[in-house]
Amino acid sequence: MGGPSSHADVAAELATRPGHTNLRSALVRWLLITVSLTFLGALLAAPLAAVFAMALDQGWNAYFSSFSDEATRASIRLTLTAAAIVVPLNTVFGITAAWCIAKFEFRGKSILITLIDLPLAVSPVVSGLIYVLLFGTNGWFGLWLQDHEISIVYALPGIILATMFVTFPYVARELIPLMQQLGNDEEEAAITLGAGGWFTFFRVTLPRIRWGLIYGVILCNARAMGEFGAVSVVSGLVRNITMTMPLQIEALYNEYNMVGAFALASVLSLLAVVTLIIKTLVEGRAGYRRR
Amino acid sequence: MKNVGQREPNVIPGFGITLGFTTFFLSAIVLLPLSALVLKTAGLDWSRFVEVIASPRSLASYRLSFGASLVAASVNMVFGFALAWTLVRYDFPGRKLVDAIIDMPFALPTAVSGIALATIFSVNGWIGQYLEPRGIFVAYTPLGITIALTLIGMPFVVRTVQPALLEVQRDLEDAAETLGAGRFYVFRRIIVPTVLPALLTGFTLAFARAVGEYGSVVFIAGNKYMETEITPLLIIFRLEEYQYAEAAALGFVMLTISFVMLLAINLLQVWGRKRMMVSR
Repeated sequence: MGGPSSHADVAAELATRPGHTNLRSALVRWLLITVSLTFLGALLAAPLAAVFAMALDQGWNAYFSSFSDEATRASIRLTLTAAAIVVPLNTVFGITAAWCIAKFEFRGKSILITLIDLPLAVSPVVSGLIYVLLFGTNGWFGLWLQDHEISIVYALPGIILATMFVTFPYVARELIPLMQQLGNDEEEAAITLGAGGWFTFFRVTLPRIRWGLIYGVILCNARAMGEFGAVSVVSGLVRNITMTMPLQIEALYNEYNMVGAFALASVLSLLAVVTLIIKTLVEGRAGYRRR
Repeated sequence: MKNVGQREPNVIPGFGITLGFTTFFLSAIVLLPLSALVLKTAGLDWSRFVEVIASPRSLASYRLSFGASLVAASVNMVFGFALAWTLVRYDFPGRKLVDAIIDMPFALPTAVSGIALATIFSVNGWIGQYLEPRGIFVAYTPLGITIALTLIGMPFVVRTVQPALLEVQRDLEDAAETLGAGRFYVFRRIIVPTVLPALLTGFTLAFARAVGEYGSVVFIAGNKYMETEITPLLIIFRLEEYQYAEAAALGFVMLTISFVMLLAINLLQVWGRKRMMVSR
């Protein structure tokens, strides 16, 4: 690569560059920083601050008592259950897909990568719709499911499937570039010296990809817990039974229960903040490269 | 048997099983359900299909979804570039924090940003109260939808432009300036050509995400008939009326747009890599 690779290098280099201390460039610099930060503040910081301000509008007591609502508690339980099933499955998939794509050369690899990324380009509403078309009463498997008294749509399995579709690429996308960059040399050495496949994965590969894996899993988890569009299509909105946290936020908001809605939203916002903190920590680790 | 499909011998085990598992899982979760959508649409006869996807209400929703997404992605291209430039070229207190907060829309649930934006930009909200006396109404208007779409698309532009800006060859800039080129000339002739593929990729990613967005839009949109109804919302309405084939037809339109966007993004990336190679 060569050249300046980090912000610190660029900043250090800038300080030594000639012709950059004059008034006009200082003005441009000041202007750009102000414009960028104002844009960011109005668009990102203000909504985030508003979530906490609205949640605490009636004081801490009202904030905490909003969590004693039975429907709110049920929604938290459902979201945790769904994430507990979706995230491990997508993690196993992500590791498998990354191993296959990063360690081997084969025809159709770029098509496979594009297909793995496909859910990111599909509208969340369409992501939910496809499962209704498959498993709904009018769907392909609808009659068979009805005969066997299995409900997928408007029940937990549908929520799990839709969430899985939406968060499908996250772990794989984190791991593929990381493992491609790390190369095969160490694994080849281990195998040549007689180590088995599993041993090589757990003792050679995993320690080197663990930070990328952690971030991928955390991001997948945040998206899984926060998914709204796809889940609202397959949920059927049965109170206490198929309402996840984002759906409960919508219901409370539409009932003008602002403290309740924003209190629940503040939990998911904290999760997002923690996700970003972990991302920042992970990126500071050696061997981890931002795409 | 282990090396089938491989170009060179490889001692690493697990090719067959990982490729098999990956394709199986991908087919079960992504490809099979998507093909159900296509087949369901095909079950609709042609005249009904056209009637559904070209109804005045659908056309109004495309105009809104495309128009707002186009404006949002363009705004992001300008401000996203400014943000990426600021983060790459300048050092200022809190830069690390700003760099971290850029990814917020990736991690924040869309319903949360949706209700937060609707609250801030309502007539009594933090920002809305200053806009309302000037006759600018954000909540329940296409402007509000555009703001929500700008929020969710922003990190795509910043995160694709940032690495490209780091790649700009500084010695080229220095050489140009030593030879008497002004800053604007350097910007136009050296910086813009280098980051252009990344900038366009970011624009397309932001646009693709915005067209399908639902959660952050529905709260601020107000969902007024033919006025602030986005296309994903119409799909939800069709489903609530149990018109599955009609919902599938609209979903098919959206899916086609997704595929076109993916193709555009891939072509842009190929173009970008080629330009990179030529410039070295």
